[in-house]
Parts: sequence; C-alpha cells; structure tokens
Amino acid sequence: MKITSETVEYVAHLARLELAREEIDLYTNQLNSILDYMDALNRLDTQGIEPTSHPMPLNCVMRDDDIRESFTVEASTQNAPERIGSFFKVPPIIEVEE
Amino acid sequence: MEDLLKLNIIELSDLLKKREITSVELTNFYLERIKKYDQYIQSYLMVTGEKALDMAREANKRIEKGEAGRLEGIPLGIKDILCTKGMETTCASRILKGFIPPYDATVIKRLHGDGYVHLGRLNMDEFAMGSSTENSAYQVTKNPWALDRIPGGSSGGSAAATAAGLCVASLGTDTGGSIRQPAGLCGVVGMKPTYGRVSRYGLVAFASSLDQIGPLTRNVIDCAVVMNTIAGHDPLDSTSIPQPVPDYTEMLGRDIKGMRVGIPKEYFIQGIEPDVNQSVKEALSILERNGATIVDISLPHTEYAVATYYIICTAEASSNLARYDGVKYGLRVEGKDIIEMYKRTRFAGFGKEVKRRIILGTYVLSSGYYDAYYRKAGQVRTLIRRDFEEAFRTCDVIATPVSPTTAFKVGEKADDPLQMYLSDIFTIPVNLAGLPAISVPCGLDSSSLPIGLQIIGQPLDEARILQVAYVIEQEKKLKKIPDRYLT
Repeated sequence: MKITSETVEYVAHLARLELAREEIDLYTNQLNSILDYMDALNRLDTQGIEPTSHPMPLNCVMRDDDIRESFTVEASTQNAPERIGSFFKVPPIIEVEE
Repeated sequence: MEDLLKLNIIELSDLLKKREITSVELTNFYLERIKKYDQYIQSYLMVTGEKALDMAREANKRIEKGEAGRLEGIPLGIKDILCTKGMETTCASRILKGFIPPYDATVIKRLHGDGYVHLGRLNMDEFAMGSSTENSAYQVTKNPWALDRIPGGSSGGSAAATAAGLCVASLGTDTGGSIRQPAGLCGVVGMKPTYGRVSRYGLVAFASSLDQIGPLTRNVIDCAVVMNTIAGHDPLDSTSIPQPVPDYTEMLGRDIKGMRVGIPKEYFIQGIEPDVNQSVKEALSILERNGATIVDISLPHTEYAVATYYIICTAEASSNLARYDGVKYGLRVEGKDIIEMYKRTRFAGFGKEVKRRIILGTYVLSSGYYDAYYRKAGQVRTLIRRDFEEAFRTCDVIATPVSPTTAFKVGEKADDPLQMYLSDIFTIPVNLAGLPAISVPCGLDSSSLPIGLQIIGQPLDEARILQVAYVIEQEKKLKKIPDRYLT
C-alpha cells in the first residue's frame, strides 16, 4: 500500500475537492494499483538526464508590448454564476468583526 | 443523394461551385441523416441546425459571388472542447453546463474564414479524459460498426459521426491518442499534427504539453484539406511553431519508392489481437510492394510510456482544472465559505475519471513526491523522445498498429482504469515526443470491426505521413460507412 485513505482525503483537500466516503475507498484502491504500475519507472537509471517539460524547443517567446483589442468587462463576466456590476460575487473570504 | 457520402471535400466543392448542389441542400442532407441515425449512435451533444443553415446560406452567397473559401459550404462537426463564440461549449462536463464562450478558438476562426458550416457539438470523454467516450457526463456514444461497442475516445463523438456519415468531417483533439484511437476503432482517418503545428488557443486545456487539435475524416484527401485550413502559426499560442504551412494535398499520389518505413519491434507484442497483427502486416506488405523499404527499428523505452504519460498528463490536468471553482463560469454549489463552495462545486461538477486524475495529479506534484514522480517522468520523457530521434536516423516514417485490439464492448473496461489506460499504449509515446501521426483504416477483423494503421513522422513531416496513408487507402479501397447507414 503506497497511499492510505487519509492520504487521498488530504490530497483531495489540496485539490479543493470534496469526496464521498465510497469515492475515497474506491480511489485509494485504484490509485494504489496505478502507483504500483508507475513504479516501473524506478527500474530506469535517469541520473544526469534533463527532464523534458515541453516537446518542441521553443523558449521565451516574446512579442511587442502593443495595445490590442481585449474582451469587454461584460464579455468577461457574462458566464459568472453570480455577479454585481463588473465584479464576481463570492461567499465571504475574510472574517470581518462587527 | 447517398452518393454525396462518397465524395471528398475537393469534389464536393466542385459541385457547389458548379451550382449542381447548394450548401443549404448539402447541410439539410446531413441534418436529415443526423435526425435519422444519431438516435442510435448518440454522437452529437447538440445539433446547431438553424446556425448551420444560416452559415450555409452565407456560403451560397459567397459562392454566387465567386468568393468561395477552401471549405465553403462544407458541413463539419466540432468536438465540444473547442470554444465557439456564442455556442455552449461543455467539454461533456456538468461543471461547464451553460458556458457560452465569448470568443472563437483559433481553429474555429480559421474554419470560419474558409467558409465551413457548423453542424453541431460532438460528444467526448469529459475534458478529453478517457479512451471510450463513456466518461461523458451526458451520453454514451456507440460505435457505428457495432452498437454494443465503444467508439474509442476521447474524440469518440467525432469519430462515430464521421464514420456514420453524420458530417463531412470533424475536428477532434489528441492528448494521448484521442484522435487516432477512435479513428482506428471507427474506420476513419485521424491525424494528430506535430505539437505546435495547430494553435491550441481556445482549446479547453487538459494537458498543455501534449494536447493537439486535428481532423477526423472519411478519406486522406479530406484530412489534408482540413489540415491546410487549421495549421499555421498563431501569436495567441506561444507554443505554436512559426513555420510556413505546405499544401498537404501536394504529396498525395506520389510514389513512395525508396522510402524507409521503420517497424519497432516493441510494438508487436503479446496482447495484440491476431487479426490486428495480420492486418497491419498486410498493410506493411502493401508499402513494400509500392517500393518502400521495411527497416527493423527499436524504441526501447516504449514499455515506460504509459506510466510516464499518466504522471505528466494528470499533473498538468490537476493544475489546468483548478480554474473550475464556481466563480467565473459554469456550475456553482453554495457553501458556508469560499473553500466549501469550491469543494462542493467540484464534487458535483466533475465525473469519476476527472476526479481520479485530479487526485493522482495533485499527489504526484505534492511536496515530497515531486522528484519521485513528476521529475522522474520528465526524465523518462527525454529518453522516449531520444528513442524516436535515434530511430529516425535509419527510417523516414514509423508504422505500427493504432491499438492492440479492435473496439471493445460498452462497459467492458469501465471499472478498471489501468486496463483502460493500457489501450492507448501505441499512441501515447507520439504525444510525449510531440511528433505527428496518422491513423488510417487498413482492414476489418473477423467480426467486421475496423483496424487502424498508425504512421508516425518526424516533426512537421505531416505531408509525408499523409502520402503513405494515401497509398494504403488507394490499395485497400475499404468501405467507409457501414451499410446500415446507407438505406
């Protein structure tokens, strides 16, 4: 066993994901067998090998800092579940003392 | 009218320009077919009939004026992961239900510029995560060749609609095989271009270092024609390659004498179905008869590709999917504070496979495990890339099966994620290395299910793999659409 159900719960919290009890158990089992399978990589000696993060050699693509047309506030917020004017509305983030 | 299904896009364009048919008639022909057959196949999440007829009327006008674009009046289906202005784009996920993009993906803009007609939104695995299209939150698409089987995935809607003649062609996306595998299982042509050849701007991101958009078509010419429209540099995608685009139809029909076709021994392994093996070997002998030289090659790190891929793609996915939080768009489920709102929204909005990948991706990136998994996978990715570089010293293209098996039954692998992941064993290495590859039909198995041949090219060598695929297509002359959709 590489991971326990507590690990799955902890990782789910990091990912801001609520899980049902059955899901936690199911994922714990499945992730253990997937991670076991991934252990195969440890058979390879990769010392000194640069990791590839990107398949094509394109680095630091630059462009001129010129003004271009961008989305209007209306277009940017039109899909919001809740908004006030040009703002996204969310539940309280900071506790405020009365 | 059924004869229209046999014509390629160049021939259809000729008919349209000669006014032997109008785009409205062609569009209605496809809308009627969708009405008649898609109740069985379930490939479309949404049919945009009115919009399609509007676009067809515009196309008619441009044809009248002699201003026809390269795809003028041609009805296409679009995978529901490509943002299309004013049209609901859901990625087959509940979390994006009702999302109306305020902009077009670059590929959509390019299709528009060339005059296409938008028939509808095609089903897929949620956020393109899957190999069977069973992970859609909305419906299970069936394989047109056998309705109790899956069409492959994640672009299963695109492959099934193209195979059943419910669109002229379609667009899909390919992160680990999501164009080539369903194309192979549904008997159509599917191309994953070189990473960076087609702009990803407006493609809803799954794994950004692997995703590419490409065509699924009923013949190789159509694949080349659609590539001509969608390929090219785009300043809005900083990973897009600033190289000129050739005419991809130009090499079609040229002989392949002297071309060296590499056969990797690691791809002809146990677990590959005998019919698949046989059919692929036959395709290779066709290439040989046409003057190609078969070269034995080795891609020694192939066995590590699936593990490498599922570390990298889940890591990238866990980061990309952090944006679905119930604030800016899509579903929101209320909570007592913002953290609870995030968690409840994501719990209700994501399906099983997406959650599994987010957890796995978060785990491999988390403190203490990063080096063991993510960094290690990046290093093995380098080894896999080098395998291909080494192989291409002795060959011009590489030929392999697309999948080890033909289409499996609906539900057969749904509860076993690892088995599902292994069905992409032959397509995944190509994405890790960023190479172009095409899936072309090369036969049917004993139950009349399609088999695909994969041809892999060097970076930006799409024209050559199309040329090889065309040779197979012309010799095989396989049936494109199952008979039951021709009555």
